[in-house]
Amino acid sequence: MSIEVQNISKSYNKIKAVENITFDVNDGELFGLIGPDGAGKTTIFRILTTLLLANEGSATVAGYDVVKEYKAIRNSVGYMPGKFSLYQDLTVEENLEFFATIFGTTIEENYDLIKDIYIQIEPFKTRRAGALSGGMKQKLALCCALIHKPKVLFLDEPTTGVDPVSRKEFWIMLKRLQKKGITILVSTPYMDEASLCDRIALIQKGKILKIDSPENIINNYEKIIYDVQAKNTHGLIHDLKNYLSQYSVYAFGEYIHYIDKKADFNPNDLHDYLENKNHTDIVIKPAVITIEDVFMDL
Amino acid sequence: MLRASQPIAITKMKRFIGFVKKEFYHIFRDKRSLFILFGMPIAQILLFGFAITNEINNVNIAILDKSNDAETQKIIHKIKSSPYFNIENQIDKESDIESEFKKGKIKAVLIFEPNFSKNLETKKVAIIQAITDATEPNVANTIANYTSAIIQNYQAQKKQSKSNQVKVEVQTRMFYNPELKSVFNFVPGVMTVILMLVSAMMTSISITREKELGTMEILLVSPLKSFQVIIGKVFPYIFLSIINAIVILTLGYFVFKMPINGNLFLLAFESILFIISALSLGILISTVSNSQQTAMMLSLMGLMLPVIILSGFIFPIDSMPLPMQVISNIIPAKWFIIIVKAIMLKGVGIQYIWKETLVLIGMTTIFIAVSIKKYKIRLE
Amino acid sequence: MVSKKEIASQVRNDKMEQEKIITVQNLTKKFGNFTAVKGISFDVYKGEIFGFLGANGAGKTTAMKMLIGISNPTSGEANVAGFDVHSQAEMVKKSIGYMSQKFSMYDDLTIKENITFFGGIYGLSRIQIKQKITQLVDELELQDVVNNLVGSLPLGWKQKLSFSVALLHEPKIVFLDEPTGGVDPITRRQFWEMIYTQAYKGTTIFVTTHYMDEAEYCDRVSIMVDGAIEALDSPKNLKEQFKVDSMNDVFLKLARNVE
Repeated sequence: MSIEVQNISKSYNKIKAVENITFDVNDGELFGLIGPDGAGKTTIFRILTTLLLANEGSATVAGYDVVKEYKAIRNSVGYMPGKFSLYQDLTVEENLEFFATIFGTTIEENYDLIKDIYIQIEPFKTRRAGALSGGMKQKLALCCALIHKPKVLFLDEPTTGVDPVSRKEFWIMLKRLQKKGITILVSTPYMDEASLCDRIALIQKGKILKIDSPENIINNYEKIIYDVQAKNTHGLIHDLKNYLSQYSVYAFGEYIHYIDKKADFNPNDLHDYLENKNHTDIVIKPAVITIEDVFMDL
Repeated sequence: MLRASQPIAITKMKRFIGFVKKEFYHIFRDKRSLFILFGMPIAQILLFGFAITNEINNVNIAILDKSNDAETQKIIHKIKSSPYFNIENQIDKESDIESEFKKGKIKAVLIFEPNFSKNLETKKVAIIQAITDATEPNVANTIANYTSAIIQNYQAQKKQSKSNQVKVEVQTRMFYNPELKSVFNFVPGVMTVILMLVSAMMTSISITREKELGTMEILLVSPLKSFQVIIGKVFPYIFLSIINAIVILTLGYFVFKMPINGNLFLLAFESILFIISALSLGILISTVSNSQQTAMMLSLMGLMLPVIILSGFIFPIDSMPLPMQVISNIIPAKWFIIIVKAIMLKGVGIQYIWKETLVLIGMTTIFIAVSIKKYKIRLE
Repeated sequence: MVSKKEIASQVRNDKMEQEKIITVQNLTKKFGNFTAVKGISFDVYKGEIFGFLGANGAGKTTAMKMLIGISNPTSGEANVAGFDVHSQAEMVKKSIGYMSQKFSMYDDLTIKENITFFGGIYGLSRIQIKQKITQLVDELELQDVVNNLVGSLPLGWKQKLSFSVALLHEPKIVFLDEPTGGVDPITRRQFWEMIYTQAYKGTTIFVTTHYMDEAEYCDRVSIMVDGAIEALDSPKNLKEQFKVDSMNDVFLKLARNVE
């Protein structure tokens, strides 16, 4: 077990940030904490990286207790906090050198680990970190977190606010790192990134809703979701919500995701209903279920 | 992670040096902090210095009229009504002069020679002696000039012939008066204020900046120990504050002719001691601030104001109400000003200021101890 | 069965007859030697939900600043809500609504105070403001918290409130600058339902975002790459054109082509 969390709870001024959090991360696993802002992801990260003390519960990282053996954890993990904290007025090279020196190593020693990532920013190595684009800052921050070859890597919302191309590249890099045996705990509000993890924990308002692999989560979801579309989207939502047996109606881009309460629901009934409401260009078909759908129903 | 071949001590040293290197980068790449560090002190010293030396309004003087005749009375009246001078006291005998100076309120004594009017008529020359504080050669001359001007004006009005001369002779006495608002008083004072402000404020800002940017989190989750972070942050500022102190003293010496009568090494030692106490106050402030703005406000309000008001820099401590006098004892600046003036102006050695030095050492130790205790190894 | 293409062209034809709220022709912005916006041209129709996408640094923000009247174009024309952005910038500002995630409302004022303040800025009379407050509180079900500080609201509520405040003066078009951040999926959808309602009522919605999944909610989308518009169509058509399933993938393909 790389990371073990048991019944962790943490409150700030009587407001519960996280409550009764329990999960494990196996060696070499890519584990995702998926949830929106305010769900408690950063609090969990800070407890595991020994920056905060939990009010209740216990946790170990790489076998060390987060309270009693915090120094050992601080010496050995890689941490990338939100906003990729870098030194804006130091250059790319200087930032990397700094973190290498702090961890008692050099850039050369573990270069093979960061090489794939670093070559993308190497042309800018004399540029100040503050002048880099979001995607490049992200890559630099990742290099700085990896430079000392940590066994466990904590990445708190590394893809937030970054363009889609960089986001995709980042996850490819993570997968490669995973192959080198590093355990990675990532948090993200992007549900589509969830499917790239080995296992995920869905978290909302300080509580874990579900822990499993993305595939299992989708496969185990029992309800049927329908894509519904009509020319007048606004009216469609309104009418669907007024349909007697509706369970949930949510906009999902082009289509509306509709779930019915009845087990023996017949889409044709819905079609008739909508026609009666003078909708045109009606489309009703089974939808591909996503993590987001499951999340919203929890 | 750690190289097996490299001794741990060297790794630790490299780690520390790596950190200090980063701090120097920050300082030299931030134009604002450079300005505060170097520009402000120089600007302040020059402003204060020149403002004081050229001030010749309401200069307090005492008058010793040995003649007490019509002529002297009229001249004295003229002086009284001029905006340049303020007659603090009129004394009767020469032996009173020393005590007048010691009281600390006057900058000069004007002595009208006996038989003033008679001498003017018969000898065609009468003398007014201006006795000033030796520590202000500029002021002495200025006073003499203004006095002459007043008298010439008076004489022109009276239509006295040019052959009747009233001479104003300037004599200086070797009086050192610590309570006078003189340049020599200001240089130690300004140096203290600036060292305190720059060291404390810059250090506290530097530490809280890491907190604000979020990089403090990474520093915490690393092998760097707290004391390494603190010392690493403080180290560049010790170095730069020393340079600042040297610049201020040099300016004081060459531009304002301030003497450095005492031992330079002793002065250096005491200055470094004071710088360290200021820096540790800066660290203390950073432990209770979460943003750079808070740190700056606390440094300005919590340090600069008390230093300026209660250290004896501008307002004499003896004239303060008793509770404030007591409070002034906990301001490190107060003790440092005493030490600096003693070394620079009186030229004394450690035997005279050991008490004050001990107080300063004690305070510094307490500040450092409290800072270390309050320094958080976690985020809350 | 009517084919998809026929539906699409029908939709387009319908739109042609509709009023144009924004017309842009060869709009360009240069900063010294650097051209941030390279002569873009497009139109936005009344009641449309128009997505203005592009990566950071693509020129999206610069273009939008010109459209809302706070930046002067170097060359080219743009007409927003009937006013020219060059010569009638002030009128443009008065006729549009604007909401951004970076700044929405004052955290240390109550909901009521915020609405009153912004209502005043938009030139509403006291009676109108009162009406609006009642209306908003009802719509958003804020009766219990109307006198609470905005700072105490959860992010999702703040967003919905910001949106409503941007519409206080009932503008023809509202500009939404990166409106939804990491809010939870349900709240985000409630927000988009509000947008749908407004569009249905005839307000044009101009959204900029770099969250590609938000693009899916739009009627039409334009994607800027390196200062120029590389794609402009409905999400459905774009996905067909690039043979992918999501707007995110459309964007990835476009970005790759440029590199």
